[in-house]
Amino acid sequence: MGKNTGGEAETVDQFLDSTLESVDSAENLVLDVAQKAGFPDEDLHKIGMAVRESMVNAVVHGNQYSAHKKVHVSVSKGPDRLTVTIADQGKGFDLEKVPDPLADNNLLRFSGRGMFLIRAFMDELQVRRLSPLGTEVTLVKYLGSK
Amino acid sequence: MSVKLSSRQVGDVTVLDVAGRITLGEGSSALRDTLRDLVSKGQKKILLNLGEVSYIDSSGIGELVSGFTTVANHGGQLKLLGLTKRVKDLLQITKLYTVFDVHDDEAAAVRSYA
Repeated sequence: MGKNTGGEAETVDQFLDSTLESVDSAENLVLDVAQKAGFPDEDLHKIGMAVRESMVNAVVHGNQYSAHKKVHVSVSKGPDRLTVTIADQGKGFDLEKVPDPLADNNLLRFSGRGMFLIRAFMDELQVRRLSPLGTEVTLVKYLGSK
Repeated sequence: MSVKLSSRQVGDVTVLDVAGRITLGEGSSALRDTLRDLVSKGQKKILLNLGEVSYIDSSGIGELVSGFTTVANHGGQLKLLGLTKRVKDLLQITKLYTVFDVHDDEAAAVRSYA
């Protein structure tokens, strides 16, 4: 685990195995920083859930549970925000092609709500392809956001 | 704790009490297996009591939808009881709150199957 502190900024990161246990590890890592940053309980719940959904995407859909691939989780605490990046080593996906889970035809689908929930719970979401392989998701939550 | 499931019979309604976390892995698969087991035994009126569910993720929501359609496809009804605020909020933002028949009172929920 790496840790850099300077002024009010703090970054902690970990390389995690592609397992469901890592979903818990990432959530705990991020929530520890978020709690110290002063986020209220309701925001902690939203941040935790967004991290879990992102980690599940990375472990299950990205790295496909591969023992040879890692998920890199990084969390930074700034003066007004928390920034989390989660990067896998999978083939990637096109965010635009994820079906809208709120469309009438999709309401009763058994899956496909993860990205929607991440968007709903965080203030910013960015997804970018990594070279040669991988997807990096960046989540931002502002202190004092609704 | 992941998830704890126990069923009881109230008249001809099977109440499935769920406690803990319904998340990808053990939690969601336990719920899926239990609902399928109830359906295979011919139970058609299933009331899912989520009053003690502390956490549910998108996989858990998927299992609720899966259970709803599985029971319906066998001619039954799956209804929800005692949603916590967080679970209720989740079902509302995913537009599923109006899909499910949701109750706060168990006796009224049981009567609603008649």
